[in-house]
Amino acid sequence: MAAEALVELDNVRFARGSHPVLAGVDMHIPRGAIVALMGASGGGKTTMLNLMAGTLRPQSGQIRIAGQDLQKLSEDAMYALRRQMGMLFQHSALFTDLTAFENVAFPLRRHFRLPENLLRKLVMMKLEAVGLRGAAGLFPAELSGGMGRRIALARAVVMDPMLIFYDEPFTGLDPISVGIIASLIKRLNTALGATSVLVSHDVEETFSIADYGFILAGGKIIAEGSPADLRASDSALARQFLGGQPDGPVPFHYPARQDYAAALRDSHAAGEVL
Amino acid sequence: MAMLEFIPQLGRRALQTVPGLGAASRFLLSSLLSVFNRHFSFQQLFRQIYGFGVRSLILMVVAAFFTGMVLGFQGYYALVRFGATSALGTLIALSLLRELGPVLTALLFAGRAGSALTAEISSMKATEQLSAMEMMAVNPLAWVVAPRIWAGIISVPILCAIFDLVGIFGGYLISVPVLGVDGGTFWAQMQSNVTFSGDILTGLFKALCFGVVVTWIAAWKGYTARPTAEGVGNATTLSVVTASLTVLGLDFILTALLFS
Repeated sequence: MAAEALVELDNVRFARGSHPVLAGVDMHIPRGAIVALMGASGGGKTTMLNLMAGTLRPQSGQIRIAGQDLQKLSEDAMYALRRQMGMLFQHSALFTDLTAFENVAFPLRRHFRLPENLLRKLVMMKLEAVGLRGAAGLFPAELSGGMGRRIALARAVVMDPMLIFYDEPFTGLDPISVGIIASLIKRLNTALGATSVLVSHDVEETFSIADYGFILAGGKIIAEGSPADLRASDSALARQFLGGQPDGPVPFHYPARQDYAAALRDSHAAGEVL
Repeated sequence: MAMLEFIPQLGRRALQTVPGLGAASRFLLSSLLSVFNRHFSFQQLFRQIYGFGVRSLILMVVAAFFTGMVLGFQGYYALVRFGATSALGTLIALSLLRELGPVLTALLFAGRAGSALTAEISSMKATEQLSAMEMMAVNPLAWVVAPRIWAGIISVPILCAIFDLVGIFGGYLISVPVLGVDGGTFWAQMQSNVTFSGDILTGLFKALCFGVVVTWIAAWKGYTARPTAEGVGNATTLSVVTASLTVLGLDFILTALLFS
């Protein structure tokens, strides 16, 4: 990770009410890389994406994107920076009243005054890149989950962003669609010269395209490195997560006030019928 | 003892409400000022005026027509006892212009357009469309909320004026052809007793205030709804209930201030 960092997090802390989500996270994401953020559900991965995108603010610590400290940016400057970012949302977040074409065209129409024929070419180019030029006239309700995700991907990259966030891009998709999305993420990252930050539970698919990965647990990074490094990690938590083991440092049982055997004995002694 | 618990509870309630009101006021102000934002679209505004205003027209016209006709019957019943049926036109016009027009328009608008506005914004929030917009560097307040709030503010006084006109016409149809009140007297009495600034403009001003309140509540409830199916449903119900009660309460305050 010696390359120049596009995204830098220094001792970032974030809490929701009294519940700490991130407890001092340091992270450097180099330009041009595909970086995976992994960890158990509720571990703060999506929160980290939102912090990097500037839609949430940390309670303390610093987040810099391309050298700009997000906490010091005005709202206008933040919006200007976001024009160089793209995000693929977990449930696609397509505008339901617009066709696939208009969804992809939306950021271009809002930010530039392009002649209609040029705009059409740009949008069709992105739709062709995700293999859905033929679906340009369809509405989101007429698309399958995988197609919707690909249209949303075309929309996320239509402004040729320098930084692309993917929030659970493989969730709820069939194996063919997962493979398509994974290869598109890799191809688009290379073609656009972008940097990608990927939040995912899908270890195998993520490791097939990621250059580097972080595993989050308990609001901290417990392991980081290339996919091979992470597989060889000696952290029990990382091994449990990557191996998909149901019990381990993250317990199968949600803590109860009393051991189940003791609870049964007590209720038997009290004459309760179970 | 119960009283001692009640006082801090009341204080806590007030402390929770005040920041909420502040946030809602900031939301309204930011939305109204978004008209100067580069992402505010007049095309969107006209589309929303069509959706809220034009598509509410049939509802308003039918409701106004029946309201006017009922006023005709009830007014005649009361006035005929005193031999004062010549004042029927004035009674119908003043009832509609000063009270029934603005209030019924706002209540119907809250049910027809306010609920749709809350449901639309809260569904967009639940499906991350507002977040997606923000990530595309498009301010959702300027693109989604502001045109809808402005459309409501513009539409309600116009709908109220149409409500008043149709209501008076409904009252005329019952009073003159059906009940036999003299047509010339009906209009002449109305003309001489209704003032433009005192009755018509103040009625429309009330409608404008109701338009602000109804769309503000509808948009705020949608924007702050929990992003779940249940949250969307609750927000929509709360929007109509809160807007309707606020309109009735505000009507009392405005009536006391404007017509006292």
